[in-house]
Amino acid sequence: MKPILLKGGRVIDPAPQLDQTADVLIEDGRITAVEPNIAAGDGVETVDVSGMVVAPGLIDVHVHFREPGKEEAETVATGAQSAAAGGFTSVCSMPNTQPVTDNQAAVGFIVKQASAANSARVFPYGAISVGQNGEQLAEFARLIEAGVVALSDDGHPVVSSHLMRTALEYAQVFGIPIANHCEELTLADRGTMHEGVVSTRLGLKGIPAAAEDIMVARDVILAELTGGHIHLCHVSTKGAVDIIRRAKDKGVRVTAEVTPHHLTLTHEECEGYNTNAKMNPPLREEADVAALREGLRDGTIDLIATDHAPHHYEAKERDFDEAPFGIIGLETALGLGVHELIGGGVLSLPDLIRRMSTEPARAFHLEGGTLGKGKPADVVVFDPDATWTVDPSRFYSKSRNTPYTDHTLTGRVERTIVGGRTVYERAT
Amino acid sequence: MSVAEERNTLLDARDITRAIQRMATEVVDFAGGTDRLVLVGIQRRGVDLARRLATHIGGGDGAAIPRGELDITLYRDDLQTIGPAPVVGKTDISMELTDRCVMIVDDVLYTGRTVRAALAVLTDFGRPSRIGLCVLIDRGGRELPIQADIVGSAVDTKPGERVDVLLEERDGSDAVVLVRGSEK
Amino acid sequence: MIRDASSPVPSLGKDLLGLEPLSTDQIQLILDTAEPFKEVSERAIKKVPTLRGKTIVNLFYEASTRTRIAFEFAEKRLSADTVNIAAAGSSVEKGESLVDTARNLEAMRIDMVVVRHPSSGAAAFLADRIASNVINAGDGWHEHPTQGLLDLLTIRDKFGRIDGLKVCICGDILHSRVARSNIWGLLKLGAAVAVCGPRSLLPRGIEELGVQVFGRPEEAIEWADVLNVLRLQLERMQGGYIPSLGEFYRVFGITQERLDRAPRDLLILHPGPMNRGVEIDSRVADGPHSVILQQVTNGIAVRMAVLYLLAGGTPERADVSKGEG
Repeated sequence: MKPILLKGGRVIDPAPQLDQTADVLIEDGRITAVEPNIAAGDGVETVDVSGMVVAPGLIDVHVHFREPGKEEAETVATGAQSAAAGGFTSVCSMPNTQPVTDNQAAVGFIVKQASAANSARVFPYGAISVGQNGEQLAEFARLIEAGVVALSDDGHPVVSSHLMRTALEYAQVFGIPIANHCEELTLADRGTMHEGVVSTRLGLKGIPAAAEDIMVARDVILAELTGGHIHLCHVSTKGAVDIIRRAKDKGVRVTAEVTPHHLTLTHEECEGYNTNAKMNPPLREEADVAALREGLRDGTIDLIATDHAPHHYEAKERDFDEAPFGIIGLETALGLGVHELIGGGVLSLPDLIRRMSTEPARAFHLEGGTLGKGKPADVVVFDPDATWTVDPSRFYSKSRNTPYTDHTLTGRVERTIVGGRTVYERAT
Repeated sequence: MSVAEERNTLLDARDITRAIQRMATEVVDFAGGTDRLVLVGIQRRGVDLARRLATHIGGGDGAAIPRGELDITLYRDDLQTIGPAPVVGKTDISMELTDRCVMIVDDVLYTGRTVRAALAVLTDFGRPSRIGLCVLIDRGGRELPIQADIVGSAVDTKPGERVDVLLEERDGSDAVVLVRGSEK
Repeated sequence: MIRDASSPVPSLGKDLLGLEPLSTDQIQLILDTAEPFKEVSERAIKKVPTLRGKTIVNLFYEASTRTRIAFEFAEKRLSADTVNIAAAGSSVEKGESLVDTARNLEAMRIDMVVVRHPSSGAAAFLADRIASNVINAGDGWHEHPTQGLLDLLTIRDKFGRIDGLKVCICGDILHSRVARSNIWGLLKLGAAVAVCGPRSLLPRGIEELGVQVFGRPEEAIEWADVLNVLRLQLERMQGGYIPSLGEFYRVFGITQERLDRAPRDLLILHPGPMNRGVEIDSRVADGPHSVILQQVTNGIAVRMAVLYLLAGGTPERADVSKGEG
């Protein structure tokens, strides 16, 4: 593998609070130097990245790659390539495949496919419960041996408080987070969008914000009880942000993620029965978006994760009630972050990288998230000023289900390097 | 809508009144009296004319002569081609038509398609012993084998010309005007 | 009441999906057009040739008697050819998706589809994907525009206007497409609108649509000129929205005793089929102020008007020149 020298970029590494023009030298898959004016040795691939940002590769702790089971929507390979195109060097894939990733063999399969894909790193989640049935704990130790980095029944909330308590207690010895999709099901009761004036107008069954708030409250209470690490997936309500803020003040071990779509869209997007605006948790109201942005700014919410949920065209080409939840997000996340969050004055560029790389690595104990000397060379190079228009037909993902078609975004990934190897380079 | 319209008055108010008086007499002759006569005006000016005819025939109060109103919109043969659905007028034929002498009354006879539609409407309401047609203006240009039995005035017109019948109750004054060079 | 032919005619466009997207003028046009159609149903020969050669499919994914029959009468009285497809026993039941059904219908060269579907937005979904006119005969909890229109026509028949009237819609608003169509139609025509029912059957944010909320029927009766009493959808009450039908009747039923205390005569509408002794008292339903049967009659005229107007096609106004025939 040829050494790479990234010359003259704006190097941002939030962990050591580095933000300066410098060169980055990558050798043998690792970062060996970050300093101004590194001389290019023989056989070094020198890349002029002046005007670009060089940052630790983005990390997405919440994606759904549909393999095994629904390869027509996404495979591990296409998902990893989509991640790389979005500037992500590591992703954590949720276990709600068919069959569910609840045993060593299933985890081994994902690891094998990820290795074969040879693109962004894919770390599997294991299921909390066997078959994600919410009844019997899966074998955490064996799952971890096989390669999982976190546990979740995502797609389904853990209904039983007893099971959640047990999972939080039992996972502690292994030091990995328990991630929950927070939704109180008797209240959500087959709702298809946020409960509010739009659902009233459209005649769609609503999911009240309280359904999320209640489960978030329960989970932080259980985290406090057990001392375990609860990770709250895709927080979407003002109420949840408030609860998490209070829990963190008390020192509860809670981390939380928010998606780019919950930070940028509201339930109005469902007008016209737009199935690409159907997701769970649903798009909420202006006040929720404002609270999520504030929560991200003040650190109540630790990180941004996409909840990348590919669905085949036919699956979304149905009436709203019948269409599945979820949208894809890997290839629009950075552009949305720069355009909406930096452009909207919510975050600085280093803060955005912190929320999309440093913090995910920290919460999930992953290597990466920094450009420290000797660390694996997982790097993203992006043009922070380039604007582009979302054209789903150009996505690397197998699926096209995005509500951002034709949106103009800012911040374009130029190159993604994983372990010193360029896995994505923008075609010019 | 119009580019350099040229308007020529064909009949003035007095001409119209005289024509209606004569037509009233002819209607009674046609029906062999008033016993079995029913006047049916086609929406909208045919209805006005039928009312005036009835007044003349009834010698001042037209109440004695049964009158119906008929809208042909739902029977038009060109609904598929004319664009947005035209306004549907009122149809009110509350009297028995079977074995009556029905006089259809309209303002202008042109292609004959309105009258064809009116005949179709009438046959849905009953089986008159005889149906006649009475128009204020026959402007020629027939597209169907239909002729009027009673005509107020006949004028030769060309396609592209228009005959406007104005009636006091609807338009403020009585006149028949030939309009040339109108842009359709 | 009847529009002069020389005034600009608003078009309905391709589809009738709800009353929310319609303008006041478009709603008035439908109601005005319904007037002459009432007369057609009074004739000995209740048929006009207007839609001769048009093919209309009545695609019903949900059981319906009264709406389907009213549409069928309207279609037949306009001389259209009709085909009924009910979900039970058809390819629909065999799992064919709505989009496939739509494409198949399209391939059969039909002109219009009247669709009823349990999912909100299904009519719009279909309308976006086929070139034929689509008429929403009820989609989920969303809208039932022809029911809304016939209610408007019935109210207008009685009062000669809608503007300035106070209309209260009573009962299960949450699950009611009739309520939503009524709210939009009434508001657009200038009525003051209220809803009345247990809070558990009122959708969230309903006030933001511009309606008043009454918790008790006594308050609604005190206020209103018209009550539109909705059918309590018994099949939807298993979700535990109310304790029992008996209790609902006791607290929210529109009874003669309650109406006797009204400061004025109230007009009573009900979209049917009625649950006597649940949402409405038989004495009220059959009483002198009930126009429930007139609603049924008007339902045919309104649907004839909608079919006629949609068949008219393109949005440009034709030049119906004077003295042409």
